[in-house]
Amino acid sequence: MSIRLENVFYRYLEGTPMETTALTDVSLEIQDGEFVAIIGATGSGKSTLIQHFNGLLLPTSGRVWVDGVDLTAKGTQLRAIRQKVGMVFQYPEHQLFGETVLEDVGFGPRNAGLPEEEVVERVRRALAYVGLDFEELKDQSPFELSGGQKRRVAIAGVLAMEPGTLILDEPTAGLDPKGREEILDEICAIKRERGITVILVTHSMEDAARLAERLIVLNRGRIALDGTPVEVFRQAETLKELGLGLPQVTELMHELKSMGWAVNTDILTVEEAEEEILRVMGGQR
Amino acid sequence: MKEPLIRFSNVSFTYAHGQAAGWQALTDVNLEIHEHEFVAVLGRNGSGKSTLAKHVNALLTPTSGRVLVDGLDTSDPEHVWEIRQRVGMVFQNPDNQLVATTVEEDVAFGPENLGIPSAEIRSRVTEALEAVDMLPYRLHPPHRLSGGQKQRVAIAGMISMRPKCIVLDEPTAMLDPAGRREVMRTIQRLNQEEGITVLHITHHMDEVIAADRVVVMDQGRIVLEGSPREVFSQAELLRGLNLDVPQVTDLARRLKNRGLAIPEGVLTVKEMVMQLCPSD
Repeated sequence: MSIRLENVFYRYLEGTPMETTALTDVSLEIQDGEFVAIIGATGSGKSTLIQHFNGLLLPTSGRVWVDGVDLTAKGTQLRAIRQKVGMVFQYPEHQLFGETVLEDVGFGPRNAGLPEEEVVERVRRALAYVGLDFEELKDQSPFELSGGQKRRVAIAGVLAMEPGTLILDEPTAGLDPKGREEILDEICAIKRERGITVILVTHSMEDAARLAERLIVLNRGRIALDGTPVEVFRQAETLKELGLGLPQVTELMHELKSMGWAVNTDILTVEEAEEEILRVMGGQR
Repeated sequence: MKEPLIRFSNVSFTYAHGQAAGWQALTDVNLEIHEHEFVAVLGRNGSGKSTLAKHVNALLTPTSGRVLVDGLDTSDPEHVWEIRQRVGMVFQNPDNQLVATTVEEDVAFGPENLGIPSAEIRSRVTEALEAVDMLPYRLHPPHRLSGGQKQRVAIAGMISMRPKCIVLDEPTAMLDPAGRREVMRTIQRLNQEEGITVLHITHHMDEVIAADRVVVMDQGRIVLEGSPREVFSQAELLRGLNLDVPQVTDLARRLKNRGLAIPEGVLTVKEMVMQLCPSD
């Protein structure tokens, strides 16, 4: 399911003294099945941008197509679009409300009019995707779970709609490293098994480098860089100017190169750095 | 030797109410923090580090054992207000801590409550905002600031009370990298230039590099304590505790395992470059 934006501008509080332009002339296309990370400093327009992907915000000017449907056209059923494009907001556990996990996660499918059997099946699958056990949790109150479990239940609520595109706005914020790794692994597994499109908003250059196939870098409401992680992280100077960094190991490679080492600087993970350093040092001996 | 500013003696704590009722969050904790020290507490979620922090200004008091702050026993209700003037706390969520409609009113809130004369409040507010580098924003509404700026205003609100110690409970957890850097720089400056004692709680290893001492907690106990270098040379142990290990620290450990002569406990890109390219 592709998402296409053409010359999108978005202004908050238009026509008031508080008017702020949050997006300026954004054009992009996200293909079916891509894993895209969106990065940018706070206030760069990331959250505004993703809300255009399922019609929560409509552009002040410009056009948006999701799965070939023009969201800006009159009479477009945005509700149908929102069922196809699932959105996990920051701190999604703040939106839990059900008395039981089953009720909470099943809310979307039940509301969409699915038969109860199918609802239960959807909840079972959605919980399994986030590593939770249906039998153990279905009758528990979501409010009595641990922080990491609450976060997962909230994500499962979006997954239960079986969206073709999953958008996650900093899904690991505030979690500790173990919880973070588990949730990211689960997202990767869903992507692999279901072939859905994943759009991840993140502050972590390390996560963006490791997980995404494509990075879109926003700066003051415009797209500053768009490419594969290797392509984007080659632009070390530009990223620095935007207040963003490199993954630590990529930065290390740039430093070593400036000291005269013949290293490849297109290194994004610790494993790659390990092999590259050993390779270069082996050559010296 | 001078009496420590904060002393935990055999402190255990079990939550009596709420969701965590019955959970023993601290077990036999002994800790001394001296005036002007910068102590970082590292630990994963649920390790007891926030519970520890809340004991320093009597938000929680020990189930058994004793906490003394500047000689005052936190379990004595008569001391609570005196203790809270000596120890300021900054929490994780910047949006929950700011109360006023402008930055300067927010910072003035504490001293106003202490009944300080208004001329002195004005000078304290200016001083506090200068210390966190937010003076140009004094008339701005706090809700329009970035997360890092909000946390600096929250810190200024503490400073204006002239505390001896500030306790920061994961102040950077909800911030972007630029905000994190701003807040860390501010904390370091307050410690070094103003001599304020700092207790900084985090699960980011890279935020404790500048500390004088690092305390590592797991399952309610102190499991490791020492200088940053001493602590970080225990890479295997730290990995087992699910802490946020910087990429170069992980890389150093791997290269060492592959036979390179690199010490464990490398924390920054600069140090790693120095290890790999010894200066001639």
